[in-house]
Amino acid sequence: MSSLFFIIATVAYFVGSVGYFFYVIRNSNSVARAANIALVIGFAFHTVGIYILARKFGYLPVTSIPQTLSLFAWTIVLAYLVFQWRFDIKILGTFVSPLAMFFMLLSPAIPSGVVHQIPVLKSIWVVVHISLIFLSNALFAIAFCAGIMYLIQEKQIKKKTFGVLFRRLPSLEKLDKTNYICLLIGFPLLTGGLITGFIYASRVWHGYWHWDPKEIFAMVTWAIYAVLFHERLAVGWRGKKAAIMAIIGFIAVIVTFLGVNIFLKGHHFYFRVS
Amino acid sequence: MGKQIILLGLSHKTAPVEIRERVASISANDRTPLDWLPQLKKIDELFFLSTCNRVEFLFTTDEVQEGIDEISSKISLEIGQPLSSIQGHIYIYYNLEAVKHVFRVAASLDSMVVGEPQILGQIKDAYRESVDHRTSSVILNRLLHKSFSVAKRIRTETRIGSYAVSISYAAVELAKKIFGSLENKSVLLIGAGEMAELAAEHLIHNGVSRIYVANRTLERAMELAARFRGTTVPFDQIPENLEVVDIIISSTGASDFILHYDEVKSRMRARRNRPLFFIDIAVPRDIEPEVGEIDNVYLYDIDSLQGLVELNLNERRKEAERAEHIIEEEALKFDNWLKTLEVVPTIVALKEKAEKIRQREIRKTMLQLANNSQNLEESLEVLTRSIINKLLHDPILFLKRKSVRESKNLYVDLVQSLFNLHEIQENKESVDKRSRSNVRELKRKACKFK
Repeated sequence: MSSLFFIIATVAYFVGSVGYFFYVIRNSNSVARAANIALVIGFAFHTVGIYILARKFGYLPVTSIPQTLSLFAWTIVLAYLVFQWRFDIKILGTFVSPLAMFFMLLSPAIPSGVVHQIPVLKSIWVVVHISLIFLSNALFAIAFCAGIMYLIQEKQIKKKTFGVLFRRLPSLEKLDKTNYICLLIGFPLLTGGLITGFIYASRVWHGYWHWDPKEIFAMVTWAIYAVLFHERLAVGWRGKKAAIMAIIGFIAVIVTFLGVNIFLKGHHFYFRVS
Repeated sequence: MGKQIILLGLSHKTAPVEIRERVASISANDRTPLDWLPQLKKIDELFFLSTCNRVEFLFTTDEVQEGIDEISSKISLEIGQPLSSIQGHIYIYYNLEAVKHVFRVAASLDSMVVGEPQILGQIKDAYRESVDHRTSSVILNRLLHKSFSVAKRIRTETRIGSYAVSISYAAVELAKKIFGSLENKSVLLIGAGEMAELAAEHLIHNGVSRIYVANRTLERAMELAARFRGTTVPFDQIPENLEVVDIIISSTGASDFILHYDEVKSRMRARRNRPLFFIDIAVPRDIEPEVGEIDNVYLYDIDSLQGLVELNLNERRKEAERAEHIIEEEALKFDNWLKTLEVVPTIVALKEKAEKIRQREIRKTMLQLANNSQNLEESLEVLTRSIINKLLHDPILFLKRKSVRESKNLYVDLVQSLFNLHEIQENKESVDKRSRSNVRELKRKACKFK
């Protein structure tokens, strides 16, 4: 039942991606509006699908990689919709919708492995831990997109070579501000998510730190964003450097999030690929 | 042949400013060529447009050459020199071409700065003038109203006006791509010069709030500062001021660089890396090119701005093609309307004739009724019959007269389609056919019963 909703959501994200692609080529606001509506519809179906799964299992559907990817795509679209509504950066959709679609398509492509009914996942700490981490990651995904957009736009202005994107992309100021806001909200969320994770770990496994690969990579990711956070606020880093850091940070997020689960072992793997 | 639409004028494309000024002088001091209309016997409607870039007369007439001659001689009388002396600067468009020209002007495709919006307002004002002077009527009213809607259509459907095609506009466009909004941004003007001042003006127009002026001669600096309501900055303290300004426009006559890499680089930390945008329009350049390599610093010289202008010109050319297509389309529509207008007088005359017959006949009937010479039923019989006879009298006479001609078939066809006689005959035939087949049917049925 829920997979039908996911399929519809994926199709809608696909339509949104195509629409936003055409928006770049043919600067038409009505195309952008239609693409945005497609994303909203996809998001609605996606939400219902996740809700059905959550009802079925009795906890957040994060026990298999497909479920996790789907939830990740969902939070990214959520963050995008909020940004679109607040800042009206139409072209953000051009970058975000393929990203969401990519995770949705990737989701069934990865073998789901064995799904156990795991009582530990019902703890409120886990729900908070996962929610915070996912929200921060979604914001970092937006910052990643804004970072790419910034680098493209800045290169055009610096090198004085103006392509199609010059007119579609917003000002450097707006892109940098997007980066800043994502970091400003995302970093505390990530920090909170990690802390709840440690608290939970100490209760279940007796001890905050287990040299679990995921823990190590998460700390690396956190350190990258911590540096960016500090430099931005204290020294006034901005622009290109901040954009590059946001891109590096998000790559670390992906590695932590996917790479570790697929290639390494540790106690984050109730759903180990067998 | 119906009314002809003629447009006669000159613009920045055909005439230098001295000549435009001389011709434009005919409308100075409350005088307007619209007042000439009563003396212009050959001209029906008149519209006059005068802006700093063009002077145009738009009029309708039955006799093209006479109309043009009449208005030309009036113009040369007014400007005190024969029109032939400026013949080379004048263009004349006829009918469809005139319509297209009016549309093009209104849509700002013919402007010096293509896409600038003022021209439409100027046309609207000029049109109001001609309405006040009652010099425009059916055709020009329609044409000008149409030109407003065409201009609006082009504005919404193409991006003709959205490309910065001058150095100073290009500077503003770039500033917006760097800073987003220009509100609360400040500009430092180093040196003076027409282009620099123009760029500063555009930036202020787009929201820049503070202006600083640095110049080698303080007097000139103060003059400029007064004009832009800014403050002066000592010329040798320019680097120090890089911490407070965002956009620098430099156009001094200095032979060496006046701002160097180190002077800018060392100030970026104090600025907390907020972007700096240098516009160097001096030749030779004022700012060391390496400055542009610093993070969050953007340096444009006159050539690189020109590059953006070229690009925009190209984009705009594409948009202009789309606009021309719209104009073709709308001009043809207008032309179609104009053609229907040509039959209007005939329709009016036809109606008047019928009305005259009706009134004459009804008067007769009333007279007879008053005299009690006939009863009502008879009178109505006579009345309706005589109206029909009188109405059809001329067409029938016409047809009979043509019946001996070779071309009679043409007229027969014409009258048949004029009164829709084909249909009546067909109806009659089909009724006949039907009744015949009915008879046959009845006969067949009757046979069966036998």
